[in-house]
Amino acid sequence: MPISVEEVFETVKMTLDHHFDIRTVTLGVNLKDCMDRNVTRLCGRIKQRIIEKGKLLNRFADETENKYGIPITNRRISVTPVALLLEPLPQQKKAAVQIAKALDYAAKKADIDFVGGFGAMVQKGMTKADENLIDAIPEALSKTERVCGFLNLASTSAGMNVNAVVKIGKKLKELARLTKNGIGCAKIAVFANVPEDNPFMAGAHHGIGESDFALNIGISGPGVVRDVVVKNPDCDLTQLSEVIKRTVFKITRAGELIGREMAKLMNVEFGIVDISLASTTSAGDSVAEIVEAMGVKSMGLPGSTAAIALLMDAVKKGGAMASGNVGGLSGTFIPVSEDSGMIRAVRAGTLSLEKLEALTAVCSVGLDMFAVPGNTSADVLSAIIADELSIGIINNKTTSVRVIPVPGKKAGSIVHFGGLLGSAPVMKTPQITSSKFVRRKGRIPAPIQALRN
Amino acid sequence: MAKKQASQICIVTVTGVDKVGIIARLANTMAQKNINIVDVNQKIMKEYFVMTMAIDMAAASIDMAKLKKQLDKIASEMSLKITVQDETIFKAMHRI
Repeated sequence: MPISVEEVFETVKMTLDHHFDIRTVTLGVNLKDCMDRNVTRLCGRIKQRIIEKGKLLNRFADETENKYGIPITNRRISVTPVALLLEPLPQQKKAAVQIAKALDYAAKKADIDFVGGFGAMVQKGMTKADENLIDAIPEALSKTERVCGFLNLASTSAGMNVNAVVKIGKKLKELARLTKNGIGCAKIAVFANVPEDNPFMAGAHHGIGESDFALNIGISGPGVVRDVVVKNPDCDLTQLSEVIKRTVFKITRAGELIGREMAKLMNVEFGIVDISLASTTSAGDSVAEIVEAMGVKSMGLPGSTAAIALLMDAVKKGGAMASGNVGGLSGTFIPVSEDSGMIRAVRAGTLSLEKLEALTAVCSVGLDMFAVPGNTSADVLSAIIADELSIGIINNKTTSVRVIPVPGKKAGSIVHFGGLLGSAPVMKTPQITSSKFVRRKGRIPAPIQALRN
Repeated sequence: MAKKQASQICIVTVTGVDKVGIIARLANTMAQKNINIVDVNQKIMKEYFVMTMAIDMAAASIDMAKLKKQLDKIASEMSLKITVQDETIFKAMHRI
């Protein structure tokens, strides 16, 4: 059956009017074979590989974008967790910082906007190299522009490494002090159950179970989903789930096609399509506005959690039907600073940190891009992280935290980060510390997997 | 003899206010670049002009990026919106 005029225009409208784009093509790059006892030699190999592959990635992304008329907004690279590369090196902070600088240099040379993977898997324990990497985070991320970091601090099978949670609380404070408005903290996400093939920054890395290269795609269509919800103002919720499913099917198919084509052009394996709805600050490209279009008066009010749960389930069903390669995070991002509806809800007082945490239990990848007062203590940050990661551990899902303690700012003020990162209202955060709890340290044991009521 | 290629069908869409010469201008550009027009569908909705044109780029003398630039020029001169996309994207999205 030939494609009808209506079908053609449905696709065209998605990109022209509703911000449908391929949010990112992320090339996963194995660096394990670059390891050396000499950091300069290691960095030389890293630079060579990333510059070569990064340039190719940009070239083929431009070609594919022109062919299919769907914008490919970001071209990124994720690498083997850097803590692994540190293992054979002398355990000094400067080696970790040097690697971060090499990654940054290569990204600039290849015109790649972010390189992810400056991180470690420490859910159960930390090697000397892991500790070294975490110690280097403030300097590495403040002295580079394009390097992103991640830490996996917890998993359902290992429990939570509270020693590392306490350590990163302090490092986040340091990093915030070293960068304007604490923006360096936007470049690091900490996780429970981190996926090894996530294409989205800041948490992307090329996991140790991956092959030499993998081409991963992140699609994004909050505007498209919002449009179908707006066009169905009176249908019941079962029907609403159906129309969302159908729309997500279509955009996932576009992502799959483009991913496969890019992988073929680059002569690498096609990895996954991440079907996460990823908002931008553009008007209408907001997950909060989808919830509001469903009928919740403002994001964060009662009804929001149920609405997000329905939305996410429909997204997953539509996406899973469209592609056998759905992977990565495939949740819904609800970043406070990058979503105009979320910003509005925080300013209107309908969305609190506590409700945000509840929302992440049914959908998203976690507490993302939220600003807290600069005087929030490291222990409070660690306790917020511990709470959020517990949701991931117990529910067998990924959760993450990307928190920005903004130096000198108080709750209620607005911080402008600029560009893709948007602006964030500083959220009210309890200042009474739970130091005694987190400073007990140790490991929260892995949860029981039976008796699930 | 030129190397024979399988067809590469792309869909051009045009929207805007109807005026004299839209199809003529497009057809002229395609002919100059050795692009075969396979099918045209057009509708006038109120004073709005909506058109899809299937073209075969297999023997074209320019690539998609250059064609896009030419179409962008026509679009701005005639106050239209013009897109061009490989037809596989529509098949992927609208056919199981």
